[in-house]
Amino acid sequence: MIAHAVFFYLFSFIAIVSAIMVTVARNTVHSVFFLILDFISISCLFIMIGAEFLGMIMLIVYVGAVAVLFLFVVMMLNVAQQKNQWFSASKSSSHIPIGLLVSLIIFFELIIVIGGWKYKPDLLNSSTIVISKTTTNTHSLGNVLYTDYIHLFQLSGMILLVAMIGAIVLTFRERVGLKRQSYIKQISREKKDGVQLVEVESKQGVKIDA
Amino acid sequence: MLEIGLGHYLTLGAIIFTIGLIGIFLNRKNVIVLLMSIELILLAVNINLVSFSIFINDLGGQIFTLFILTVAAAEAAIGLAIIVVYFRNSGTIRVEEIEKLKG
Repeated sequence: MIAHAVFFYLFSFIAIVSAIMVTVARNTVHSVFFLILDFISISCLFIMIGAEFLGMIMLIVYVGAVAVLFLFVVMMLNVAQQKNQWFSASKSSSHIPIGLLVSLIIFFELIIVIGGWKYKPDLLNSSTIVISKTTTNTHSLGNVLYTDYIHLFQLSGMILLVAMIGAIVLTFRERVGLKRQSYIKQISREKKDGVQLVEVESKQGVKIDA
Repeated sequence: MLEIGLGHYLTLGAIIFTIGLIGIFLNRKNVIVLLMSIELILLAVNINLVSFSIFINDLGGQIFTLFILTVAAAEAAIGLAIIVVYFRNSGTIRVEEIEKLKG
């Protein structure tokens, strides 16, 4: 129990500090690195609490795909050296105190809700998909995901497909003045378009007009 | 204090949510950091769902977290594509210089 508490505080401390660093880091590349650190510590928390599959999926999806995508875009756009101007007194800085105020109010509302929140006594018995103690987390998730939630699962696949097509369509750029092979042109070309038979008389020669 | 309960995880989620919110409100840098703040907010929501799922002993929260992960990945891909297109068209992605809508 002590080890659980120690590791919880360690990982959550790392997660909070790196989340702060994501927003205040001067260099955008550093922000992405701290985002990766944040995801890793939160997935450690997930594994510790008993949701191993989600922790591992989080490592694969976020650290392996999303964060690398962020890093790729940051390096492609060359914005890493832009200076961060937090709390600088520029001409339109009037939204900073309001933004801080609103976020702090939201934070305290969340804390009040968490502090004053209690189980209804029959909530613990009302769960529809009980986590079984005998099968592993991945096994029980798969049992539910491919049976009860199969339509939502396929729908999420459709979402990913649409996102992929959308990203390709958005960033696709057709270059002008590029010579490339056209199969349609090659196949539909016939003999009379390309070859001309000329009757050449003797000693006369032939006049070729280009 | 040493007994880690649901409240600890919910507090962690609230803190990370608020940090992401502050990052969105006060961002003066570029839009990529704004997208990262949105990822932080989704992460906080995931923490809440998973901890509720474990402490109430119901697997539905983890299923929901999986779907949130899917949507977050799609959102990141589309958002970054939009940012790339915007940068190609206007040459900047600083938040202060994006003012074509005169907001």
